[in-house]
Amino acid sequence: MNFLALANHMESYLVLGALLFGVGIYGMMLRRTLIGMMISGELILAAAALNFMTFSRFLAPDPVTGRIFTLFIMGIAAAEAAIGMSIIIAVYRNYKSVETDQVAELNG
Amino acid sequence: MSIMTPEGLAGLIFLFLAAVTLAGALIAASTVRLPRAVAGLALSFTGLAGIFYFLNSPFVALMEMLIYVGAVCVAIVFAIMMADPGVEKGASSRATAIPAGFSAALGALFAAGLIVLARNTMWPPPAARLNDGSVIQVGHGLITTYSMVFELISIVLLMAIIGALVLARKGRDPE
Repeated sequence: MNFLALANHMESYLVLGALLFGVGIYGMMLRRTLIGMMISGELILAAAALNFMTFSRFLAPDPVTGRIFTLFIMGIAAAEAAIGMSIIIAVYRNYKSVETDQVAELNG
Repeated sequence: MSIMTPEGLAGLIFLFLAAVTLAGALIAASTVRLPRAVAGLALSFTGLAGIFYFLNSPFVALMEMLIYVGAVCVAIVFAIMMADPGVEKGASSRATAIPAGFSAALGALFAAGLIVLARNTMWPPPAARLNDGSVIQVGHGLITTYSMVFELISIVLLMAIIGALVLARKGRDPE
C-alpha cells in the first residue's frame, strides 16, 4: 500500500470524513457545556461538507453542485453559530451557568 | 512512488493535512478548557481547508478559512468570553452522566461503520464531466440554477442576525 498516493483515492477522503464525524459524535456525548456541544456540532457539519466535496470531485458529473452545497453548509453553520451563541448568552443570564445539567428545568 | 517527485511531495502534504485535521478535531472534542477546544477547532478547519485544496477547489478552501476559522471560531470565542464556563467539571458529580468510554465507543462505532461502508461500496465513476468546477462555473451556478437557494440563504442569514439580536437583548438590565 502506497501511502503517498492516498491523495488520489476517494476512499481516503471518505475515511477522513468518517473519522471527523466520529470525533464529533464523541465530543457531543462527552461535553458538559452548551458551548462544547456547539463546537462538536461544527465538527459534524465539517465532516458532512468534506463528504459533499469528495463526491463532487470524484463522482458527480457536475462538480459545481457539491461546491455550492458546501458553501450553503458554511452559511447555515455561520447562522447556527450566531443563534447558538445568543441562546447560550440568554441561558447564562437566567441560570448563571452553561453546564447542561444545571439547565434542567423548563420554567425559567 | 518516490518522495522526491512532485506527486510524492503532494501526497506527503496530504497526509500531514489529514493528521492536522484529525489532531485538531481530537483537541476540540476532548480538552477540558474550552478556549483550547476552540483553538483545536480552528486548527482542524485550517487542515480541512488544505484538504479542500486537494479536492480541486481553492475557492471553497478560501471560504472555509474566511467563514469557519474567521467567523464561526471567533463567534464561539465571544460566547466563551460572555458566558465564562471556565474549566468543565468532570462527569463524576452526576448520576446520569455518560461515561467517557461509552462516548468514545459510540464515536468509534459510527466512524467504523461509515469507513466499512465507504470501502465496500462500488462507487460508479461519472459518465461525463460537464465542466471543471472552476470559480467561474460556481459563479454561473449561483446566479442561474441555484439563484433561488442563494436568495433563500440570504434570508436565513438575515433572520439569524435579527433573531440573535432579539435573543441576546432580552433580559438585559435597563440602564
